[in-house]
Amino acid sequence: MIPVGRRVGEEACQDCLVGFGVEKIRQDFPALQGKVHGKPLVYLDNAATSQKPQAVIDSIARYYQSENSNVHRGVHFLSELATQAYENARSRVRQLLNAAHDREIVFTRGTTEGINLVAGSYGRSRVKAGDEILISAMEHHSNIVPWQMLCEEKGAVLRVIPMNDAGELLLDEYERLLSERTRLVAVVYVSNALGTVNPVKQMIALAHRRGVPVLLDGAQAAPHLPVDVQDLDCDFFALSGHKLFGPTGIGILYGKADLLEAMPPYQGGGDMISAVTFEKTLYNVLPYKFEAGTPHISGAIGLAAAIEYVERIGLNRIAAYETELLAYGTELLSAIPGLRIIGTAKEKAGVLSFVLEGVHAHDIGTILDHEGIAIRAGHHCAMPVMKRFGLPATARASLAFYNTREELHRLAKGIHRVSEVFA
Amino acid sequence: MSDLNELYQQVILDHYKRPRNFHKLPDANRTAAGNNPLCGDEITVYLHLDGEVIQDISFEGAGCAISKASASMMTAALKGKTRAEAKLLFDKFHKMVTGNREGPSDPIGLGKLEVFCGVSEFPVRVKCASLAWHTLNAALDARNETVSTE
Repeated sequence: MIPVGRRVGEEACQDCLVGFGVEKIRQDFPALQGKVHGKPLVYLDNAATSQKPQAVIDSIARYYQSENSNVHRGVHFLSELATQAYENARSRVRQLLNAAHDREIVFTRGTTEGINLVAGSYGRSRVKAGDEILISAMEHHSNIVPWQMLCEEKGAVLRVIPMNDAGELLLDEYERLLSERTRLVAVVYVSNALGTVNPVKQMIALAHRRGVPVLLDGAQAAPHLPVDVQDLDCDFFALSGHKLFGPTGIGILYGKADLLEAMPPYQGGGDMISAVTFEKTLYNVLPYKFEAGTPHISGAIGLAAAIEYVERIGLNRIAAYETELLAYGTELLSAIPGLRIIGTAKEKAGVLSFVLEGVHAHDIGTILDHEGIAIRAGHHCAMPVMKRFGLPATARASLAFYNTREELHRLAKGIHRVSEVFA
Repeated sequence: MSDLNELYQQVILDHYKRPRNFHKLPDANRTAAGNNPLCGDEITVYLHLDGEVIQDISFEGAGCAISKASASMMTAALKGKTRAEAKLLFDKFHKMVTGNREGPSDPIGLGKLEVFCGVSEFPVRVKCASLAWHTLNAALDARNETVSTE
């Protein structure tokens, strides 16, 4: 990724990918201009949530200032505007994921709700006693607990694909675990705790060979990689708007139309019906069948603005820039005495999880915070991952396309400061 | 930076690196476990209570500098104290780390434990400093559930 003749150095080489223009991009994010404890903010907690560009903030304000109305109801002008903006947002998401139809895009509160929707609707109607759900050893709690709840209710069994010490799934074991009892594979595309990019296309093909559908937890994938659900051939794909530079409280569940058609509703209420009597209710068509109640209209509009913003930069360029940044950060951190990076898979995106000998992650987090550096310290909602590596917690720096090499240098300096305090 | 030095004082770092009374207590007649699910801190407090007097006290567990040093210094402070004295110290300690002192002139009367005064400037770390004390409280009350500071 590094252009020939440019050397990796501490000086002004913040943007080695010619033309990426990270300094200009940073100007679009008001939160990045702030100071913390008197120092310019270094925001490296993007896997928890990303900062929002001005365009997203403006789009939400504009909606409430001049378009605010409910959707799919009114005959009046504003309702028409709001409905149009909301449905345009759906089309935006469809394009981002390269789904075949708008009706395959269901608005949710986030990845967690998307997974719960599939567990509650697809799972509850298809899974029986003795059936198996297959997840992986590196799942976020949101892709463990809904399946545990389903298994408990149905007497089904949760199986777990193991991983190696680098944080890579063992595909041989995966193949062995796929059986005639497997009803669904639910696996993370990019691990939030380790950064591993799983070979999901291959895994989906293996599952489909046995007629097993696959759900992808795409929360950490969507902000870092171009996603093509038709090329991957996944059956479900869940993502969160707030990790994709959009607002909190909005997310997406993509599902193949034939699967969604056959699934019962997840919640009942307004908007998800076409006719109601006290004797019987006729459900609405896709995707509205899964969108009960007034949706998060401003959230959908903000998400659309975020997608427009990201697409203007280009996800391919983002992925290339971040790959280089991650390699650079890995090199910097690896050189720090006593530091061990957790998650060393060959294919990684966006995450530098690490431990420092003799220092708890929480203390690292507090000291870095005082240097103006925001990271996450803890189990990252992936306690089984921590257990797998025999750690109570890790410190995690997670990247976005607006981060720079200079910021990674400040991170490295901050970690040196931690070592000094604990020397 | 001054408040960071206030938090990570040498005494605290010393107790973190060389925790006192850091072992099981063979003749313990009270034990209690506590954890901070968010940060993964875990602690077990062992007590040998003779009537109303804490004859011996120790702890085991894993956690950050603040939680481990707090546990270590707590055990050092409580040996030989009565149950009532321990409860009073807990109350004072809690007031100090949550910043609820009556005012700067309010005498804390916590002796060495006053090194944890700086914690009140770090709201997210209050639970680290108080985990051992909440766990002690459960042991004194002979409660069996695991204490959580979340």
